[in-house]
Amino acid sequence: MSHPRPGRPSVVTRPFWEATAEGRFLIQRCAGCRTAIFYPRPACPHCGGGELAWEAASGAATVHTFSIARRPTHPKFTGDEPYVVAIVELAEGPHVTTNIIECDPDDVRIGMAVQLVFDAVGDDGYALPFFRPV
Amino acid sequence: MSLRGSAAVVGVAELKPTRWTDNVSTIDLFTQVGLQAIADAGLELSDIDGLVAHPMAGVPMLVPSTLIESMGLRCSFASTVDLGGATGAAMVWRAAAAIAAGQANAVLCVTASRRQRRTPTPGPKRPSGSGGVGGKDTSAWAEFEVPFGNVGANIGYAMIAQRYLHEYQATPEQLAKIAVHQRDNACANPDAWFYGEPITIDDVLDSPMVADPLHLLEIVMPSGGGAALVVVSPELAHKLDRPKAWLLGAGECTTHKTITYAPSLMDTAIKPAADRAFAQAGVTRDQIGLASLYDCYTITVLVTLEEAGFCARGAGGRFIDEHDLRYGGDFPLNTHGGQLSFSQPGLAGGMSHVTEAVRQIQQRGGDRQVKDLSFAFVNGNGGIMSEECALILGVEP
Repeated sequence: MSHPRPGRPSVVTRPFWEATAEGRFLIQRCAGCRTAIFYPRPACPHCGGGELAWEAASGAATVHTFSIARRPTHPKFTGDEPYVVAIVELAEGPHVTTNIIECDPDDVRIGMAVQLVFDAVGDDGYALPFFRPV
Repeated sequence: MSLRGSAAVVGVAELKPTRWTDNVSTIDLFTQVGLQAIADAGLELSDIDGLVAHPMAGVPMLVPSTLIESMGLRCSFASTVDLGGATGAAMVWRAAAAIAAGQANAVLCVTASRRQRRTPTPGPKRPSGSGGVGGKDTSAWAEFEVPFGNVGANIGYAMIAQRYLHEYQATPEQLAKIAVHQRDNACANPDAWFYGEPITIDDVLDSPMVADPLHLLEIVMPSGGGAALVVVSPELAHKLDRPKAWLLGAGECTTHKTITYAPSLMDTAIKPAADRAFAQAGVTRDQIGLASLYDCYTITVLVTLEEAGFCARGAGGRFIDEHDLRYGGDFPLNTHGGQLSFSQPGLAGGMSHVTEAVRQIQQRGGDRQVKDLSFAFVNGNGGIMSEECALILGVEP
């Protein structure tokens, strides 16, 4: 599949994308309320605290929900259907949008344990985070 | 202060949805349908002193003044609402609030969307459903959703449906019945896209799967069109010798843009919006004679029935089994056909739930008039269950 690229990350999100090149999936943690945060925010969406520290997620997750796209949801995916668009719940808590890969779309189930896997680093210097069944 | 009885809708207008609106600008559609609504209210252009519109393609900013200039209005209150499919419903209570605050007396709320024939252009295509009309999207959506194809509404609502079916019981037939009964309603509405084309549950379930578990006939048909209404003060309403739909209650809640970051896929923003509207109106669920529920998909209706309190969480499937959802039935739902069968002319699709409720309250429902109707419940829903707005309209203030 030829995925659209993340474009030009902001000052806030750039550390996340730069870490993908090293195979790390960064989340933020609020120093005030300890909430784990994804996607990167300028302040904690739980308590408003401004002191956020980066940490690497373990990569363990479960499928919270998903759908099988039988028609392309973006022109770049034309011909790639059917493919799975999913929301996974990281072991640390946050929800992440991704694709479930390396399995038959019809085998995906809610609650299924999945593991982070990055694709190759692209020309933009970033890798996209996908998940595959454990 | 409550909005109960603070304003009434006295005029509505709707353009018959079309597949294409070639060579017509959105401003032209706004102007056309806006003038029709003013005429329907029995008012003159000079009576209108408030305007609420919405962001539109081709007018990157200054929408109200562009429209005021086009129509020849002079307004002491001018605004836009940017709440997706909840925009139409949200306009009504904002208009009433402006009236209650003494800032306006007669507010035109107008929605319209053109739909241009696709012509092949060189270069990469812009993704559809970009969530914005003013150019390139630079929100987190572009970085964390687009690369994975979480684009457009189908996939988002499909993921809600999948989660619902994981947690609760509902059958494909129960979901399909929503589309079938709404189609029957559309067959009494000559303006509906699918007028004269009844369908069966098998038709729905045999239609192609688009995004599991959503079939093609559980998904709205996009179109071009427009819808508008006029909200007036009680003083002006009493002077006008025409039926009114009184605003009795309103509620609103917004929690996220992308469904991934919703606080919960099941505890939606519909509930707080509906609870506020019912509390304000002093009306109970069983007094509602018409439910005009935003229906971009069948699953949206199922979840809204539960979240708005018409049945318990998880009991929506059984509720659909037990009720006749047609205009002559025991639970009239989306009597204009809903957007599933009326079609979705952009944000005018959300407004169609308001205009139909107004027409029904005004006893102008024609062949599909609901009998003995005192109160209607309207739900507007934007994004991927992101923006929710509930209204209660009644025959008396």
